[in-house]
Amino acid sequence: MTERQKILGRIREALAVEAPFPGRHDVSGKPAPTSSLARDCLPFVGDSVDEQLAAFRQNAANLQAHFHLPGSRDEFKMQLIGIRDAGGWKKIATHSGELTDFALQSIDIPAIKTDSGYDMEELEKCDAGITECDALIAQTGSVLVTNRSAGGRALSVLPSHHVVLARRGQLLRDLPAAFEFLRRKYGANYPSMISFITGPSRTGDIERILVLGAHGPRELTIFLL
Amino acid sequence: MSSPVQQFKQAANVVAHDLQHRATIQTALEKYTVIRDQTRGAFRDYAAVRQAAAEIKWEAVNHLDKYLELFVSKLEARGAKVHWAGTGEQACEIILGVVREKKARSIIKSKTMTSEEIHLNEALELEGYEVVESDLGEFIVQLKKETPYHIVFPAMHLTRGEIKDLFNRKLAANTSDNPGELTMVARRVLRKKYINADIGLTGANFAIAETGMISITENEGNARLTAALPKTMITLLGLEKILPRLEDLALFLPMLATSGTGQPLTCYNTMYGGPRQPGEFDGPEELHVVLLDGRRTELLANAEQRDSLHCIRCGACLNVCPIFRNIGGHTYGTTYSGPIGSVITPHLRGLQGWKHLSVSSSLCGACTETCPVKIDLAHHLLQNRRDATAQKPARLWKLGFKFFAFIINRPAIYKLLAPLGRVGQKLHSPLKSTRLDPVYAWTKTREMPQIAPQTFREFWTNRK
Repeated sequence: MTERQKILGRIREALAVEAPFPGRHDVSGKPAPTSSLARDCLPFVGDSVDEQLAAFRQNAANLQAHFHLPGSRDEFKMQLIGIRDAGGWKKIATHSGELTDFALQSIDIPAIKTDSGYDMEELEKCDAGITECDALIAQTGSVLVTNRSAGGRALSVLPSHHVVLARRGQLLRDLPAAFEFLRRKYGANYPSMISFITGPSRTGDIERILVLGAHGPRELTIFLL
Repeated sequence: MSSPVQQFKQAANVVAHDLQHRATIQTALEKYTVIRDQTRGAFRDYAAVRQAAAEIKWEAVNHLDKYLELFVSKLEARGAKVHWAGTGEQACEIILGVVREKKARSIIKSKTMTSEEIHLNEALELEGYEVVESDLGEFIVQLKKETPYHIVFPAMHLTRGEIKDLFNRKLAANTSDNPGELTMVARRVLRKKYINADIGLTGANFAIAETGMISITENEGNARLTAALPKTMITLLGLEKILPRLEDLALFLPMLATSGTGQPLTCYNTMYGGPRQPGEFDGPEELHVVLLDGRRTELLANAEQRDSLHCIRCGACLNVCPIFRNIGGHTYGTTYSGPIGSVITPHLRGLQGWKHLSVSSSLCGACTETCPVKIDLAHHLLQNRRDATAQKPARLWKLGFKFFAFIINRPAIYKLLAPLGRVGQKLHSPLKSTRLDPVYAWTKTREMPQIAPQTFREFWTNRK
């Protein structure tokens, strides 16, 4: 008998006896299907785009992420150049994409593209990683990326400044919407990495004092175009 | 070597009187409580979220065979190799097998309590492999050669001064005690390790049956890097981590963060569905997933306490526990401390050896009340007490109560003996709280109540 069969055998034997009702030690029986949808219990986000935008902006600020809402491509270009100069960027990393290509043209500095293969040490030395994303989530201020949409597994976490480029239509209301979106977009053929990035990397492991940039990016900048 | 109960009593006695230690823990946990309450307040219906979470976990755990098979088949279809381990030793052997086959030298690890449970680092180091913990707290306790103090905050008992001294001594860091600067020291050291590691070893917070995904929750980005850079990824998880559907995470990710650290959502919540897929250009070439039983099926067979397998290891019950706050995480001598540790350890390591954990409780119920998946922790402690006594009756205790019942049921004898209590207390008073005191165990920290000058019976007959 394989270990798998033995373990599954023990599980089936164990489950022959019914457990009490969840959250109760004195009542047995099976719970009714969850009546309350997650959406109705989770933190509130309004229906309108303006409310969702306001929620995202507020959450991003709480998380110490930088959020920009440029009115035009030209304005975006100027803002990105400003960030490049303020950060003293010498080299960046990005991936192929309509928005990332435009960004790279705009700032005009040496860059590596992860999707044509890269060296880890070289990527680590880049001043910024510029990526696209799958969605932004208003409820939590998160950026939803996958290795397919954001230049692989490392680009959004190895360089010390992560710049995310998103389109207006990519703002989603809440976490349930994000999972619905993933199902719709990818079906069964999902990418091997799906990540919700909620603010720049952080730790509180020393006396519960917040420090940004533990292992991932110290800064997270989000552009909604 | 002393038994677990002796070790527990000694350590508890030391830590409970260590005022510096108390102050460190209280400060850390007070910060947590304030933020957690704010975050809970943002939920539209926190009570409903808890009930829904409990029901989803109930569904998963009570159909564990079905969901595990689904999880494994989905994950294998994506090119991952799944290993089943009945015991901790088997899990270590499986992981060692992969490490040997890959001719690996160095291993980078993100946080996994399950690996602490099976003593994986020791097993790997014994064979000469370098294992580096990448979570900052774990990195600190690894340097200090300690076990994690808390399942979520491994280094919460250390002050920044102690961490500075440690880094300066072990890493020749020459740093100040500024938490930002200390974090950057670890960042610099570990970045090299990620890039050079042959193997990335992770734990898992959830295993999604429907899609065959592993979900990892973290703040630092160390798990992201561990799962991105090395060529081989190994994930170790207990088989109870199952959730049925992908969208269950919409509820569990914020629940875990709120209960664990008080954040609305932690910084990185990542789902991995296999190794690098065709058309993808980075990430590990191989993914090995090790599913550990480790006596979890015994806990499953205990229908009454089956819900302790709902645990998502958020640490919320530790944070609110008056016992944990007083005796600290290391005193338990277990991988999982606090109320959940006291409930499950007797099942994982033996009831008689660890039954003292069930009595080291005030039964205040704070754990039950805070648990995000509604595990009935306080009652499980009572059940463990009951089972331990049923298995091995406390004869002296029983004899004592028999004696008590004998006297209390016979008014004549009671009348004769009651005044003796007053005499006894007078004779006892010079010995009180000294080593000669026969009831020293009680009196060293407590007062005996004063016996009344007359019994009620005497009072009644003498009343005018």
